Amino acid sequence: MVKLDEIQKRLMQEVADLHTVPEGAYNFRANGELAGRQSTENIEIVSKSDVSGIDIRIKDNTKNESVHIPVVLSASGHKETVYNDFYVGENCDVLIVAGCGIDNCGTGDSEHDGVHRFFVGKGSKVKYVEKHYGSGNGTGKRILNPVTEVYMEENSTVEMEMVQIKGVDSTKRETKAELKAGARLVVRERLMTHGEQFAHSIYNVTLDGDDSSADVVSRSVARDKSYQKLDLCVLGNAACSGHTECDSIIMDEGRILALPALEANNVDAQLVHEAAIGKIAGEQLIKLMTLGLTEAEAEEQIINGFLK
Amino acid sequence: MLELKNVSFAVEGAEIINDLSLTVPDGRFVVITGPNGGGKSTLARLIAGIEKPTSGKILFNGEDITEMSITDRAKKGVAFAFQQPVRFKGLNVLDLLRIAAGKRINVSEACEYLAEVGLCAKDYIDREVNASLSGGELKRIEIATVLARNASLCVFDEPEAGIDLWSFRNLTRIFENMRTEQTDRSIIIISHQERILNIADEIVVLSDGKVREHGAKDDIFPKLAGSELAAEPCRKLV
Repeated sequence: MVKLDEIQKRLMQEVADLHTVPEGAYNFRANGELAGRQSTENIEIVSKSDVSGIDIRIKDNTKNESVHIPVVLSASGHKETVYNDFYVGENCDVLIVAGCGIDNCGTGDSEHDGVHRFFVGKGSKVKYVEKHYGSGNGTGKRILNPVTEVYMEENSTVEMEMVQIKGVDSTKRETKAELKAGARLVVRERLMTHGEQFAHSIYNVTLDGDDSSADVVSRSVARDKSYQKLDLCVLGNAACSGHTECDSIIMDEGRILALPALEANNVDAQLVHEAAIGKIAGEQLIKLMTLGLTEAEAEEQIINGFLK
Repeated sequence: MLELKNVSFAVEGAEIINDLSLTVPDGRFVVITGPNGGGKSTLARLIAGIEKPTSGKILFNGEDITEMSITDRAKKGVAFAFQQPVRFKGLNVLDLLRIAAGKRINVSEACEYLAEVGLCAKDYIDREVNASLSGGELKRIEIATVLARNASLCVFDEPEAGIDLWSFRNLTRIFENMRTEQTDRSIIIISHQERILNIADEIVVLSDGKVREHGAKDDIFPKLAGSELAAEPCRKLV
């Protein structure tokens, strides 16, 4: 990592678990500038010429390789929109780690809007991990508005893990996926808001091919006076199966609005939605207290486990 | 030693526990039985601190714990196994055993507790303590968390509730082992089951919130068969 200062390194650890330069391909972005890049034989990263962002091209049959593209913002008042396109060839098996950390100690709002598009080739398998993290005690807000679009060819698999646990004041996350025959999408979202934070998460998943499937599970905790809105929409246009689940804990004066939507346009589409919102069950607290924890410690354990 | 002195507990005017006094010395294995609605589970919850008595005193090793919180009682060495084990989304068996042990025990230590309750550790250590586990499995894990506490007083509220006959047979073996290995640890089990009553040093018969009988197993057990107040447990024994 050539140009990173201590704050940026810490953010890098939070969002990408990176202590040193990772193996494989990577692209580091800090305060809107390129801070390090490496392509490999099978994975090529090039800057876009028209807008800010990169194209990541992964060759057919690339297996067990990874791409890290973390972004950190430590300059107060910095705002940016970045477009990253992933072209994943056929029969690949790759790990993509993205994520954004913002440290804002100043008065200006800092904002990173990342637009990620994935074009996943036939039979390929992609694991995508995205973490968002905010820190700093300035009055400027930390804002992240990610847009993720996933276009999946036949028999491809995408597993997405989206995590936003701490420090992001405002977020609007939009995720769109289109699946062809035999494609499989698994999404695990974990979200915690506190203070007066606001988070809106929108999923639009379209199952176009026979035997395609989607499993979208969101677990979230709203504490203090924070507010969350979750739109989970699944469209079944073929003999497909879709499952969405929204499981939320509310604490203090936290509020959550969950809006599930299922649309079946084919008689063989099987779509299921589950949703539950409520405070921590009293019995759970009591059980952990009988094991010697205080009420506050018990609460912490339950939340940590829930969001693990 | 646990002492309950003239303990009463009422909910909206209805007496659930009525001027009850009971002493459980160290190292004793006591089974509390009696008809449903007689106050057994309430008594167990009063001992654990989940409910507080309306009047009377509870002493543990000579110290008045009547107003003490659940947490403080747990720290003093009182352990409690729920009749309906609680489920947790996200917490796995190892997490729960570590919380119970009060330290970051390693996997092989955790496995010993699971082995004691007859669970193959490698199949369970990473399992979430949620609805994917059967009633019998949850019961055993609940007991394992009590064992991991290494407490001087263990209270089990109807360990047989909600599990099938086969699981129950295995469960009684756990208590038989605890009985043989018992040192200074006192064990109180709320139960209707003959096999558990048979392991006891002492049997307490509770009905209408009062102790109706209390004595050595050999004295009380034969009486239960003919007694009207014990009709409920006896019916279950058949």
